[in-house]
Amino acid sequence: MPIILDKVSHIYGQDTNMPVKALNNINLVIPDGQFIGIIGHTGSGKSTLVQHLNGLMKATSGNIYFNGEDIDDNDFDKKKLRSKVGLVFQYPEHQLFETDVFTDVCFGPKNLGLSKKEVELRAYEALKLVGLEDEYFYQSPFDLSGGQKRRAAIAGVLAMKPQVLVLDEPTAGLDPKGRDEILEQIAKLQKETGITVILVSHSMDDVARYVERIIVMNRGCVMYDDVPRAVFRHCVELERIGLAAPQVTYIMKDLQAHGYDVGDDVTTIDEAKAQIKDYFARLAAAKKGNR
Amino acid sequence: MGIIKVKDLVFEYIRRDEEGNVEGITTAVDDVSFDIKQGDFVAVLGHNGSGKSTLAKHLNAILYPTEGTVWVDGKDTQNDAYLWQIRQTAGMVFQNPDNQIIGQIVEEDVGFGPENMGVPTKEIWERVEESLKAVGMYELRHHSPNKLSGGQKQRVSIAGVIAMHPKCIILDEPTAMLDPQGRKEVIRAVRALNDVENITVILITHYMEEVIYADKVFVMDKGKITLQGTPREVFSEVERLKELRLDVPQVTLLAHELGQEGFPIPKGILTKEELREALDGCVNVLF
Ligand SMILES: Nc1ncnc2c1ncn2[C@@H]1O[C@H](COP(=O)(O)OP(=O)(O)O)[C@@H](O)[C@H]1O
Ligand SMILES: Nc1ncnc2c1ncn2[C@@H]1O[C@H](COP(=O)(O)OP(=O)(O)O)[C@@H](O)[C@H]1O
Ligand SMILES: [Mg+2]
Ligand SMILES: [Mg+2]
Repeated sequence: MPIILDKVSHIYGQDTNMPVKALNNINLVIPDGQFIGIIGHTGSGKSTLVQHLNGLMKATSGNIYFNGEDIDDNDFDKKKLRSKVGLVFQYPEHQLFETDVFTDVCFGPKNLGLSKKEVELRAYEALKLVGLEDEYFYQSPFDLSGGQKRRAAIAGVLAMKPQVLVLDEPTAGLDPKGRDEILEQIAKLQKETGITVILVSHSMDDVARYVERIIVMNRGCVMYDDVPRAVFRHCVELERIGLAAPQVTYIMKDLQAHGYDVGDDVTTIDEAKAQIKDYFARLAAAKKGNR
Repeated sequence: MGIIKVKDLVFEYIRRDEEGNVEGITTAVDDVSFDIKQGDFVAVLGHNGSGKSTLAKHLNAILYPTEGTVWVDGKDTQNDAYLWQIRQTAGMVFQNPDNQIIGQIVEEDVGFGPENMGVPTKEIWERVEESLKAVGMYELRHHSPNKLSGGQKQRVSIAGVIAMHPKCIILDEPTAMLDPQGRKEVIRAVRALNDVENITVILITHYMEEVIYADKVFVMDKGKITLQGTPREVFSEVERLKELRLDVPQVTLLAHELGQEGFPIPKGILTKEELREALDGCVNVLF
């Protein structure tokens, strides 16, 4: 169920003397099954953008189409949209509210009107998927560590079995293993079920590793929208807007600048390793040939 | 004794039920000892829940030891008479840029600390100016903090701490919520304070690249310091760090993986220049 944004703008405090134009004429097509990353400096409009995708925020102007239907039409079923497009907030505290973790995760599917058995089955599956151990199921979500809260919040959204999963900076504050675990789980889920995943992130290394398409936000506008390799080629422009390329891109650029015949559009460790090995293999072959 | 000395520190969080009976005990810091010299830059790594924040809160008397002793500039933190001196000697910056700033204007916020210490007005302004200059925020001194980016807010928080003229600054994941530019700004400001003003820095972080400038790295696990050394020594232990739910800088990882493929590359590569030199060496071996 593709999502289309057509000339979408959002202005906060339009009726005040200090309106803020957080989104400025956004045009995007989000087809089924993509793994998309959104990057951009703080305040560039990422959170505002993603909250439009499930109808939580209303565009000041422009239209959003879900599966061909305008989500602002009077007869459009907003509740259904919320269940199809699951949003995990930047601050998980903002979406945990029940007395224990399990009840919290049940909340979404219960609202879908499913049977008690189905609700509990989904909640259990979702909690297993995010790797939250049984011992936490009946604890208050507010007593969990930051990483565990994130997992619980993600489970709550997964339990709705959304077709589009949107995660707003899901790994901020997690230890490296925790970051990897959550992203690996999501990548696996995406591959297995073919859902669309939209990941807002400040980690260029993570984005380069997992997504197939990157949307770069700058001051409320889409600045680039392309495959990672093409986006990170603009590393000077990215730095100018408070971002960067992955670290490994800089490593390869440095090697290239010092005479190594390697590509400078490498974005992951695996690619870098392959390129360096290949370069040395060619050197060795040339040496043999010279003998 | 250095600026911060910790001996046999144990800290337990005790959970009680409504009647006050003990329900459970978490030993968050478990038998930790170290001695940090004035001017050192110490980084603390460790997975979520390993005890970093609990340890940090002992260093400016937010928490007190269950067992053992903490001295800040020679003063035992358990002695209430030293509380304000300790807080002034060792300032703390936290993770969330949005809930550390109270002033309506940047320079006003930075002035609160010295004002509370009873510093004369003229000197307050001098301190505000020098602190904001030290973190590169002087130009924005008349701005409202809520208009600033996360990295700028964190630098204002740091200025607020250094306006108290501390000998030590403790930063608990100050870059966790920032974009790449914000992270860079904060780390640059922290390094400058350490290099230029010789302020002791204790930096807790999950970003491995921020650690390579440190004089010393502590790695925590289950409340204990399980590994320590220079960044090069610590980051040579790639597999051990992975077991501890941590990571190494990307360049270190690439060098390590090339090493496993048979490239003669030394352990603990920390910068792209070092990697390039190591690869130059490999070319020379080949020819
Ligand atoms: N509730 C709000 N009221 C007014 N302005 C807001 C609100 N939320 C966000 N903004 C402003 O809108 C812009 C975009 O914010 P946001 O979407 O949160 O960006 P990001 O998620 O990329 O950091 C920023 O200038 C921000 O200050
Ligand atoms: N206020 C608290 N009450 C009870 N237990 C706590 C509290 N704060 C932290 N803990 C527990 O202490 C341990 C160490 O936590 P913390 O020092 O916050 O670790 P870190 O900063 O390394 O993530 C964890 O097991 C955590 O759950
Ligand atoms: Mg945001
Ligand atoms: Mg902590």
